[in-house]
Amino acid sequence: MLHIVNKSPFERNALESCLRLAADGSAVLLIEDGVVAAASNTRFGGMLADGMKRDLKFFVLSHDAAARGLAPERLAPGVETVDYGGFVDLVTSHDTVQSWL
Amino acid sequence: MKLSLLVNEGPYTHQASDSAYRFARAALDKGHEIYRVFFYHDGVNNGTRLAVPPQDDRNLSQLWSELAAEHELDLVLCVAAAQRRGLLDGDEAKRHGKDADNIAPGFRISGLGQLIEAGIQSDRLVTFGD
Amino acid sequence: MDEAGNGGGNGVTKKFMYMNRKAPYGTVYALESLEVVLIAAAFEQDISVVFADDGVYQLMKGQDTEGIGMKNFSPAYAALGDYDINKIYIERESLEERGLSLDDLQALTWEDEDDDWKEKSSLHLVGRDELAALIAEQDIVLSF
Repeated sequence: MLHIVNKSPFERNALESCLRLAADGSAVLLIEDGVVAAASNTRFGGMLADGMKRDLKFFVLSHDAAARGLAPERLAPGVETVDYGGFVDLVTSHDTVQSWL
Repeated sequence: MKLSLLVNEGPYTHQASDSAYRFARAALDKGHEIYRVFFYHDGVNNGTRLAVPPQDDRNLSQLWSELAAEHELDLVLCVAAAQRRGLLDGDEAKRHGKDADNIAPGFRISGLGQLIEAGIQSDRLVTFGD
Repeated sequence: MDEAGNGGGNGVTKKFMYMNRKAPYGTVYALESLEVVLIAAAFEQDISVVFADDGVYQLMKGQDTEGIGMKNFSPAYAALGDYDINKIYIERESLEERGLSLDDLQALTWEDEDDDWKEKSSLHLVGRDELAALIAEQDIVLSF
């Protein structure tokens, strides 16, 4: 399953709820303001690290990260970047897509 | 693959419509079919033809209209949500005694059933919203 | 206008989940989500409805909207049972975090045709692990 989160964890609990309810092994794509969670050294880094321990795969939409001044070297290790084409591939390669609005 | 999109926010305030538009283009570039784009909640505001954004800004309604013309997309505004927010096509305007309609080319107004049907008919339904 | 648009399903049955995570009235999502679910009932799909996070407030008893000039739409949830929508899941942790229990929510029921029309509760309290498993088995998850 692919989970899409578009909200900063500093502003909303969408990422927290997503990680609470995503089955092990799911993919999590951070888009729009959600990319904030992919930055290294935020106080939410532990949430991502805990997710990776249970096999969640994290992706960030590169265009949204770049638009917010988050160049690739500022992103937390283990987070993979995708462009819009990669976003499409994530959608088609997972049976179900849930957006955590 | 057959994909449908749900857009729940209007243009400009949220990025949802921009994201959906870019996703749709990328999907079409990869040879996928966009079965339907359904606009709900404030998302119906994407369907106005009266928006006049500054010249150096993108015109989202127009971008959607152009994409629809190019790829024969089915852009559907939810009728209940559209009526609440003053989005009317010619028939709706006449029916409600309004003096104008404002739907952009390529958009049509229909019921919420079109969203459910898109979910049933498509391989994937992707939601963009707030 | 074909509001229900029924008949487009071609006999396909998919598992649809409607996930409600927002309190009512502050935004329109709760109301318009309910409208989707009521329309969806006509399509004979496998429907479940979830209330988690602030979404649990949508089912609070005793909603009084007179002072805010908005229609109290909470009585309309009772109609879900009439449409055989009886898989309504409440996340236990979301209730507990808010100091609430099932008693604070309106009772939603349905009548079981296969059991002499006995009235049964549509509300199912589920823990997060159980809810995570339910989400994982869906074909479509719509989040409002």
